[in-house]
Amino acid sequence: MSQPPIADLLDRLVSSSPHTHALGLSLVSVEGDLVTLRAPYREDLVGDPDTKVLAGGVVTAVLDHACGMAVWAAMNRFTSIATLDLRIDYMRPAKPGLALMAQARCYKLTRSVAFVRAWAYDEDPEDPVAAAQSAFMLDSDAGRKPGANLRPSSTEAGA
Amino acid sequence: MNEAAETLEAILGRIPYARFLGLRAELAGDEMTAIMPFAEHLIGNPLLPALHGGVTGAFMELTAMAQLAIVERRPRLPRPIGVTVQYLRSGRPLTTYARAQIKKAGRRIANVHVEAWQETRAAPIASLHAHFLLSQIEEN
Repeated sequence: MSQPPIADLLDRLVSSSPHTHALGLSLVSVEGDLVTLRAPYREDLVGDPDTKVLAGGVVTAVLDHACGMAVWAAMNRFTSIATLDLRIDYMRPAKPGLALMAQARCYKLTRSVAFVRAWAYDEDPEDPVAAAQSAFMLDSDAGRKPGANLRPSSTEAGA
Repeated sequence: MNEAAETLEAILGRIPYARFLGLRAELAGDEMTAIMPFAEHLIGNPLLPALHGGVTGAFMELTAMAQLAIVERRPRLPRPIGVTVQYLRSGRPLTTYARAQIKKAGRRIANVHVEAWQETRAAPIASLHAHFLLSQIEEN
C-alpha cells in the first residue's frame, strides 16, 4: 500500500513532543486515515503496583496523541491543534508486559474543529482496552507566537 | 501522621506512574490538593510551550483516584470506568494544581469531578468528570 506524504512527517511528529518521547511512543502505520501508534510496556508507567497494569493516565495520553495524529493525517498537513474534549471508556485492564497499541481515525473535519474516535488494545483490535472520542481545535496557536506561554499571564490567564 | 496522610503517602509513593509525572500532594483534613511541578517531559506542544493534553488528563485522573482512596477505605485502588476531560485553557509551563470533589460514592461506583489550575484558581485549565469502580469491602 502506498503511504501518503503526511506519513513521513507523522513519523517525526510522534516523538517530537517531549512527552511522547518520554513515553517511548512510535508510529506503526498510516493507512489512509487510520493512524496506529505503539507505546511500549514499562515498569515506571504502572498505575497499580499490585496488578502491574499500566496506568489509566498512560492510556489517556496515548489515545489523546493518536487522536491528534489522526487529525493531521486527515488534513494531510501539519497545523497546531489542541484537545477540546476527550472522553475515554476503560473496558478492561491492559495486560502487564504487553505494548499498548492505539488506532485513531478522524471522521469529520470542519474549518475549526476535528472529530476523532480511537481505540487502544494490546493483542487484538477486536478486544479493546479502551475507547476514546475527542474533539480538537484546529490552528489553535493562531495569533500566538512561539513562546507565548512563557510570557507572564495577562489578567485572563491563558485565554 | 494521621490516617489520610498515611494513605496518601502510600499511594503516591507506590504508584510508579505518579512518580513519572512527579506528583506531590498536600492535605487539609481529608481534602487533598494534588501538585504537579512543571518538568520538560510533560510538554506536548514544544512551540508555545504547552503541557500535553494527555498529561493534564492523567494528572486529574490520579487526583480523583487518590482523593477516593483517602475518603473511601477500600482494599484496592479504584479503577476508572469512564472519564471525560474538558480543556479550557492552554497548560503553561508552570506548576499545576488539582482538587477533586466526590459527588457520589456508592457501594460499587463513585462519581468524581476534578478541576486543574495553575496561577489562578478561578481560571482552571481543565476539568474532569469520571466514574470509578470501587473494590468491595469483604463481608463476613
